[in-house]
Amino acid sequence: MTEVFYIASAVAVITALLAVTRANALHAVLYLVLSLFALAVDFLALGAPFIAALEIVVYAGAIVVVILFVMMMVAGAAVATERERRWLPPRAWVVPSLLAAGLAVLTVVGLSSAGDQAVAAAAVGPREVGAALFTTYLIGVELASVLLLAGLAGAYHLAASDQRSRPSGRTD
Amino acid sequence: MAAVPTSHVLIVAALLLGIGTFGVLLRRNLLFMLLSIEIMLNGAALAFIGAAARWQQPDGQVFVVFIMAMAAAEVAVGLALFLRIHRRASTLDADALDSLRG
Repeated sequence: MTEVFYIASAVAVITALLAVTRANALHAVLYLVLSLFALAVDFLALGAPFIAALEIVVYAGAIVVVILFVMMMVAGAAVATERERRWLPPRAWVVPSLLAAGLAVLTVVGLSSAGDQAVAAAAVGPREVGAALFTTYLIGVELASVLLLAGLAGAYHLAASDQRSRPSGRTD
Repeated sequence: MAAVPTSHVLIVAALLLGIGTFGVLLRRNLLFMLLSIEIMLNGAALAFIGAAARWQQPDGQVFVVFIMAMAAAEVAVGLALFLRIHRRASTLDADALDSLRG
């Protein structure tokens, strides 16, 4: 599985870089999907088949599709490739490149001494993950469900129309 | 079978985090900033999976499940804000949203 990990990692990093630099929003989202799929292969190679499936179903299947929906809703504005090019003049690249490259180099140097201890090849399957999720981390699951409910209510409230007529016959 | 060293997994995670940072700094379109944050979260998830595989424990995978729940809630609220900003200011430019400037 070693070669699989390195190839999938290279694909994930390159497509992620393409996703953040493309001017066309649709191309960027499709590169992001490719990056997520490559990362799912990474997870599989690292012995996490359950998370690999979740990565495809939840991330590529649900989250990215919601982003695509919103992009279609504001299609005229969001997919304007020309304006996006105008927002990315060559001088706009300099400082972000330097800062991000500095951060990445420092982290990579720091982490390269993290130990050559090999990650184990044996998979930790869905059974163990489910058992840990619903015993040790049960309170976390409950909190995550509350967070998702709050996200739902917040998104509904924020996206509701501004022109909603207020009840006019309020007595106060 | 030769296995992957832990440091290599962490280096790939760091590269994804750096690319996400780069995107957040580079782009002016709010939608691309959201995409970049997703890439950063995926870097964090990869670090957790690497640690889970290193110690052969399910805990790291459990935390990735939590990261995904958090990312779903974050994308829902973020996209609602995005729609709201688009409707009210009719721009997607993060630099143009400076009406709080004194």
